[in-house]
Amino acid sequence: MSNILEVQSLFKYYGDKAALNDVSLAVPKGKVFGLLGPNGAGKTTLIRIINQIIDADSGEIRIKGEKLKADHIKLIGYLPEERGLYKKMKVGEQLLYFAQLKGLSNSEAKKKVRAWMDKLEIWEWREKRIEDLSKGMAQKIQFIATVIHEPELLILDEPFSGFDPVNAELIKNEILELKQKGVSVILSTHRMESVELLCDHIAMINKSRKVLDGSIVDIRQQSKTNLYHLKIYSQASTFPPTWQRVEGNFGYDKFLIQLNGHTTNQVIEEAIRFGDILGFEEVIPSIGDIFIQRAKDTDHE
Amino acid sequence: MNKIFLVIKREYLARVKKKSFLLATLLTPLIFPTILGLFLWIAMSERDSESLRIIEVIDESNQFRLESSGQYAFSFSDRDREEAKEMVKSGERYGALYIPPIDLEKPLGIVYYSEKNPSMTLIGNLESALKRKIEEIRLYNSGIDPEVISGLRTSVNIRAITLDNAGEEKMTNAMVNYALGFITGILIYMFIFIYGNQIMQGVIEEKSSRIIEILVSSLRPFQLMTGKIIGIGAVGLTQFLIWIILISAISTLVMGYFGMQMPQQQALELANPEAGKMMEASTTDMGQYMQVIQDINFVKLVLTFIFYFIGGYLLYGAFFAAIGAAVDTPSDAQQFMFPVTIPLLVAYFGLFIFVLDDPNSNISFWLSIIPFTSPIAMMGRASYGVPFFDLALSMGLLIIGFLFTTWLAGKIYRIGILVHGTKVNYRTLWRWVKTA
Repeated sequence: MSNILEVQSLFKYYGDKAALNDVSLAVPKGKVFGLLGPNGAGKTTLIRIINQIIDADSGEIRIKGEKLKADHIKLIGYLPEERGLYKKMKVGEQLLYFAQLKGLSNSEAKKKVRAWMDKLEIWEWREKRIEDLSKGMAQKIQFIATVIHEPELLILDEPFSGFDPVNAELIKNEILELKQKGVSVILSTHRMESVELLCDHIAMINKSRKVLDGSIVDIRQQSKTNLYHLKIYSQASTFPPTWQRVEGNFGYDKFLIQLNGHTTNQVIEEAIRFGDILGFEEVIPSIGDIFIQRAKDTDHE
Repeated sequence: MNKIFLVIKREYLARVKKKSFLLATLLTPLIFPTILGLFLWIAMSERDSESLRIIEVIDESNQFRLESSGQYAFSFSDRDREEAKEMVKSGERYGALYIPPIDLEKPLGIVYYSEKNPSMTLIGNLESALKRKIEEIRLYNSGIDPEVISGLRTSVNIRAITLDNAGEEKMTNAMVNYALGFITGILIYMFIFIYGNQIMQGVIEEKSSRIIEILVSSLRPFQLMTGKIIGIGAVGLTQFLIWIILISAISTLVMGYFGMQMPQQQALELANPEAGKMMEASTTDMGQYMQVIQDINFVKLVLTFIFYFIGGYLLYGAFFAAIGAAVDTPSDAQQFMFPVTIPLLVAYFGLFIFVLDDPNSNISFWLSIIPFTSPIAMMGRASYGVPFFDLALSMGLLIIGFLFTTWLAGKIYRIGILVHGTKVNYRTLWRWVKTA
C-alpha cells in the first residue's frame, strides 16, 4: 500500500512554544485519515505546513514520494476551519477564480464549475452574489471551491463545524463518494462522533506530540479492556463481589464484569444461576473514550 | 506570475464593475468645475448686490486724501472720533478710519473702527493706500512735484527666462509652475491616501471574512499582496485617465462655447504675423501664461508625474497592505496609520512651505530625494525643471524605497493575515518582521 502523504519528524515552534514536536505520520492512498486532538494541539499548524501556508522549522514532507514543492498545491484541496467567500462576488465568478488559482486553465475551470454546480443542483445561482445566499447555500459553494480542481488529497479542517445537519450529511456523502474514486482525505477534528463512521485510520495529536496512530480496527483492539456488560433479571439480593453494579431500577440489574482470566462462557454459566440473562456484551471503548484516556495519560507524563 | 495576474484581474474587475466606481468616475470631473462655478457665481452676485461701503475718515492733520476704490468709498468730514464711532454703530457708515496728527517718519496710532471684524484684504488695502500716501507726502516735502510722482508710477512685469545648457531660452512664470507643482503634488497625495485605503480595506475584508486561508493555500501571500496592490493601482490609473479625458473634453467644450482667446489669438497670428508678434510681446498676463505653458516640456512633466504617481503609490501601498493584515477591523488600523500619515503630511506641508517657494533650497532638495516624501515634493520641483542628477537620484532611491517597503510589508502581511483576535502592537509587528 502506497502513501499519498508522509510526514517525518516535523518540528515547529512559535517563539519558545512548540506547536509540533517530532510529529511523523503517513496517510495511505484512497483512505480517510482522521487527525484528532483537542483545540490547540497543533492540528491546524500541521495542516498549514502541508498546505505550504507556513514553513516547518525542521522535518520533511513528501507527497506521492516527492518532497513538498509549489506544484503540489494543485493536488491538494483544502477546506480550512476558518473559511469564507467574497461576499460581493457572484457565485460562478468566484468558483472560477478559485479553480484558476489552483492552476486550472480558463476553459477547464469553466467546465468543472458547470459540472459541480449541476451536480449539487445550484447552476441557477451562478449570477447571485454570496451575500444574497443563505448560509447553507454558501456552505455548498464553499465545499465546491475546495474540490473543484479534483484534488488527489483532500484536507478538511473541522469540516462539519458551521454546517447545518442537512449539509453536513451531504458533505459526508460527497466525501465517501470521492473516497470511492480514490481520493485520499485528511479529516481534522476534535469531534469524535464523526470520525468513527468515516475514518479508516487515525492519528492523535496532543500538546504538539503524536500520541496515537493506526487503523481504527487496530486501535480498538489495542484498547480492549476485557470488560463486559451483563443484563440480568434476578430475584437474588446478593451477587458475587467482582460484579460491579451499574444500574438496577428498571426491573433488571446491569453489571460491569471483568473477565480476570475466565472465559466468557464461564462467566455466563455463573450468571445463569442468579436469574434470566437479558444481555451480555463486550464493552468497546469509543474513539472518543480512547481519545480522552490518551489525552489524560499524556498530560500526566 | 500567472497567479499574480489572476489576482490583479479580480481586484481590478471587482472594483471597476461597481456602480459606485462608475458614479465617482463620471461625477468627479463635473463636481470640481461645478463647485468652482458656484463660488464664482456667489462671489459675483455678492459683489453686484453689495452697496457701496462708505468709510468715514477722521483725518486730524488733513493731509490724507485717500482715493475711493472698488466697493469702498471714503468720506471726509470734520466730525470727531466719537461721532464717527456712533455712525458706525448705527450702521450709517461701514467703518471709520482714525488718523491722528502723526509723525510721517513714524506713523503710529492709526485706528480702524468697524462693527464687524474687518477682512484681511481690507486692512491690507488701507495699509498700502496709507503707505503710498505717506511716501507721496514725504517725496513732496523733499521738493518733488506730485505730477512727476504720478508720472513715475509704472506697472512692472518681469519676464523670467531660464537658460539651459543647450542654449535655449525658456520663458518661465512662477505662477504657472507653482500651480502645476501644486496640482500634481496634491494629486499624488490624494491618490496615495484614497487607493492606499482601498488596499487596506481589501486586505481587512479578506482577513475578516476568512477567505484568506483558502487563498494562501493556493498562492503565496506575497503574490496575493502584490497582485492586490497592482490591481487597485490600475483601478486608480483607469479612473484618472477617464478624468483627464473627460476634463479636457469638457474644458474644450466650455472654451469653445465662450469663444476663449486661445483660438482667436492663433487666428490672429495666422492672419497677421505682425499682430501675432505684438501679441507675444505684450505683457498681458494671458499671453504670457500661454507662452510659459507652451515652453514647459509637458512630455517630460507627464512622464515624471506618472513615475512618482506610481512609485509613491507602490511605496505606501505596501504599508497599507501590512496594516490591513495586522488588524481585525478598520477601527483597529488607526494606531498603525501614524507612520504612514506623518511622512505624507511632512511631504504635503513641505511642498507648500519649502518646495514651491524655493525649489532649489537645501530642504527642497532633501524632501525631493528621500523616498518617503519625494513623490509629492519632487512634483513641486519638476514643474520648475530639475537637474538631471537630482531627478535620477530621487527616482533610483524611490525604486529602492518601494522594493524595501514591499519586502518589509510582505513579512508583516504573511504572518498578520493568519492571526485573529490578538491585540497587535508595534512590538508584535517587529517580532513578525524578525521571524518571517
